[in-house]
Parts: sequence; C-alpha cells; structure tokens
Amino acid sequence: MTEAHCELQSEVARLIVDALNLDIKPEAIQPEARLYGEGLGLDSIDILEVALVVSKRFGFQLRTDSADNARIFGSLASLTEHIAAARTQ
Amino acid sequence: MSTLPLIAHRCPDASVAWRDGLPVSARQFLSDVDQVAGLLPAGRNVLNLCRDRYRFAVTLAACIVSARVSLLPSTYTPEMVRQMRRIAPDVFCVADQEAPGVDLPVFHYPDRLPTSGADLAIPNIAGEQVVAQVFTSGSTGLPEPHLKRWGSLVRNVRAEAQRLGLTRGYAMVATVPAQHMYGLESTVLMPLQSGGALHATRPFFPADICAALASLPRPRLLVTTPYHLRTLLAESAKVPAADLLLSATAPLARDLAHAAETRFAAPLVEIYGCTETGQIASRRTTSGAAWQTFADIRLRCEGERVWAEGGHVATPTPLGDVIELVDADPTRFLLHGRHADLVNIAGKRSSLGYLNYQLNAITGVLDGVFIAPLDGDDRAMEGIRRLMAVVVAPGLTSADIMQALRQRIDPVFLPRPLLFVDELPRNATGKLPEHAAQALLARVRSPMTTDLKR
Repeated sequence: MTEAHCELQSEVARLIVDALNLDIKPEAIQPEARLYGEGLGLDSIDILEVALVVSKRFGFQLRTDSADNARIFGSLASLTEHIAAARTQ
Repeated sequence: MSTLPLIAHRCPDASVAWRDGLPVSARQFLSDVDQVAGLLPAGRNVLNLCRDRYRFAVTLAACIVSARVSLLPSTYTPEMVRQMRRIAPDVFCVADQEAPGVDLPVFHYPDRLPTSGADLAIPNIAGEQVVAQVFTSGSTGLPEPHLKRWGSLVRNVRAEAQRLGLTRGYAMVATVPAQHMYGLESTVLMPLQSGGALHATRPFFPADICAALASLPRPRLLVTTPYHLRTLLAESAKVPAADLLLSATAPLARDLAHAAETRFAAPLVEIYGCTETGQIASRRTTSGAAWQTFADIRLRCEGERVWAEGGHVATPTPLGDVIELVDADPTRFLLHGRHADLVNIAGKRSSLGYLNYQLNAITGVLDGVFIAPLDGDDRAMEGIRRLMAVVVAPGLTSADIMQALRQRIDPVFLPRPLLFVDELPRNATGKLPEHAAQALLARVRSPMTTDLKR
C-alpha cells in the first residue's frame, strides 16, 4: 500500500469515528473488519451519515446502482479503495 | 357484510407503479396478484420481505385475496423469528432476493410473470377480514400483536389521501421500507386506494432519491423521514421539484421543514400515528406546531393519557405520547414527546421495558438497564440519538454482550456505549430512578471516567 493510500485510510477512519461519535480511536478500526453488523456494528443510519461526510470531503455522491454497496461498505479498506477511485477533490 | 375494493384505479390502463422507468397498469397488477395468489404455498401467515415495493404490493394483495395474514414484526432478529413461529407456526416468508437471512421456509417471488390477458375484475374484500398482524415490543419481552382489518386500513388511508388532497393520479417515491405501519399505509395502501402509482425501488443514498424522484411524472410525492430529509438536503446541492413531501416517524424541526419546502418547491406535511391506531393526524410544519386530526378522529384526555377514537379507530385506543389539546379542541393538539418507557429510533419503536428484559435475559448479565439520553439536540429531535446501556456482568466482555443482544434486539437499539458497573444505583424498591440513571450518564460522559468500559 502506498503512503498516500495509508494516509487516506487513516483519514477515512477519522471521518467515520467523528461522524458517528464512536467511542473508539480511529486506529482501532481494523482495515479488513466488517463495518456492518458484527465488527464495527454500523447500521444503515450510520452508512447515510458516513455517505454525507464522504460527499462533503471528497466531492462525489455515493449511489446504490453505481457499485455494490455491501462491498463498498464491507470494510474500511474497501471504502477507502472506492473513495480513492471516485474522489474529485 | 360491507366490502371494499382492492384498488381504487377505475381504468385498467391507470398506473399502479413505476418499475425500471415504465408504468405498470392496474390490469397487469391484478394479473400479477392473481398469479402470485395461485402460487403461494400452504400456510395462512406470511412474512413479506420483498424489497421491491411493487413486488411487496403484489404479494400483500395476493395474501389479501387468498385470505392470508401478513405479519409485520418490528425487527427480524433470530429471537423475533422464534416468536413469530410460536405465534403463527405455519408462517413462511416471501422474498425477492437471495438469502433473506431469516430462519423460515422461503417462497421466492417469481422472476417472470405472464403479461396480463383479459381484464380481471377488481376483487372486493370484506371489511372485517384481518389482513395484517403488526407487532410491537411489549414491555414483558414478548411481542404484542395488533390485528389490522381491511375496512379500518382502507378508511385510514383514504382519510390520509383526502387530507393530502390526493384526488387524481400521482406518482410517489419513498425512502422508508414497506414493512412497518408508516410504510405499509403511506407507501403501499394509500397509493392503491387513491389511484396513485408507487415507485418500485427504495432509494437509499441522497443521489438515488433525487434520481428516482426526477424519473417520475408530476404530480409526484416524496415519502420520507426527518433523518433522510436532513442528509438529503445536506448532501445534494440540487434537488428535483416535487409536488408534496410527506414525513413521519419523528417530529421534524421547523427550520428543516422550511428548507425542504424551499428546495423542493413543495409543501411538506407531517403525519402522526402509531401502530395501535394507524395514522390519525397531520400538520403543515411550516404553518404551526399544532396537529389536526383526520376527519372523524377525536382525542379525549383521561388523566395523563390521551385516547383516540372515531373514524377508522374501531375501539378507543390510548396513545403512547404526551399530548396537549389546543384550546380543549378534540381535533387539534401539540405533541410533547413520548411517554418515558417508549423509545423510537429512526422510526423503529420499542420500549425500555422490552429492551431491559432482553438485556437481562443474557446469561451472565446480573443486572442491566437501557437509558435514553435526554439531550434535546438535532439528532434526538429526529429520533436517531442512540441508547446507552449499563450492565453488571462480571464475567462478560462488551463483545459477548453485543453479540448476544444482536440476536435479540434490532440493531438500531444496540447501546452506544455499553458500560460496566459493579452495581446499579437502584432504590429501596428496586427501581432505577430517572435522576439516578441520568447522573450515571453524566459520570460516564465525564472525560475523567475511564473505568467503565471493557
């Protein structure tokens, strides 16, 4: 993983923790652990909140039909990958 | 015995739904209903899990014409499914996607149904027929069933359509699932009973919602909730014009209502109701805080409780909210929040009694309590402020308890955070007074406190 990608992943972790007021440190999110359900325990309300901060920070809107949502929000790593590919800012 | 028609679309060519950019006619809908009703397996009780709103509507109607009962539980956890089987041993589910993740026999909605042939007559359904059984979380830990009869549901959604002025064809897109009372009534039964056409998808992200709305002919409605509306307005710079916005599940802040009306160039109406009574009142949020009951619905105060009666409410029913009548008028009221035991997060309702029962039923939990924060911030207003829980469970970790709770309660009620203490500050009668609970919360939130997490 490149340094820039690593940095992006840390930033996304911080965004998630801040947006959802989670009671953990961003570093504590395992990149490959599931965000939904078991794992970080996020649900669809959280996903909308995360989508909102992602669009504000990275300048693109998430769409259900643009890709497989379950995969994008599968883990911190997959979300970071999607952002890296779709970001406009 | 009085009967009421399955749909209000008079002309067979009228649109009942929009799927993949194309209208679905009343003729095709009646044909699909007839086909699906003929294919359903034995069993009188049905869990309709279809995500596609059109398929949900066809399945619901197929159940109605074949005298089946649609079950609407408040969640689909393994514990709730066990309770469904206990109450209705013959229950099976209808699903339109792979692996619905529910431990029940599955009937897969057919991928292809024949194109309609000759026009079928619109079925008439007896008003007395029980068409749905909706479950709320009883305070004893068992789900409480509420029977919904066809006549009452139809009268209810016709009153809603009348209040909203929906007298001619219109199209609607909704961000809420069909599988609870608000979704069932406003996004399925109301369009069927007032000549509307429902959009088959349930768009999730703001960009999806805007695209679905823009794809519909006008007049068009958006049926949503405060939290969807807030994220939509925050994220989308440009939204398509609408003709009406409908919101329910939690009271909407007035400034958010103003912003929504300006951006969509449409009036915003909020609907008030509950599982027990169905929808009973509305308000144009930007015109004032008071709610107006639907035609023929009256409220009556009895001590601290307020009862609804008249119209589609067959027997007087107590409401779970703190309500104040305006100028003693039985048709106008202000809403002051929920009675202490009830919680509502993102439209999902439960009671602290039910959640506490489930928490204490976990092996190894010696004592435990859910606490609803009292803060009046935006998230609390919109009903998305999470609960906290405090437990006495010496041998368990946070992960153990969260995993056990996931089997028992809907994920929106999972505590954030879950805290551990040696004992709860219960009083002499074993109760945990509200002030003691809130004091515990204040201690927990103090940055000095580090010893309560595992």
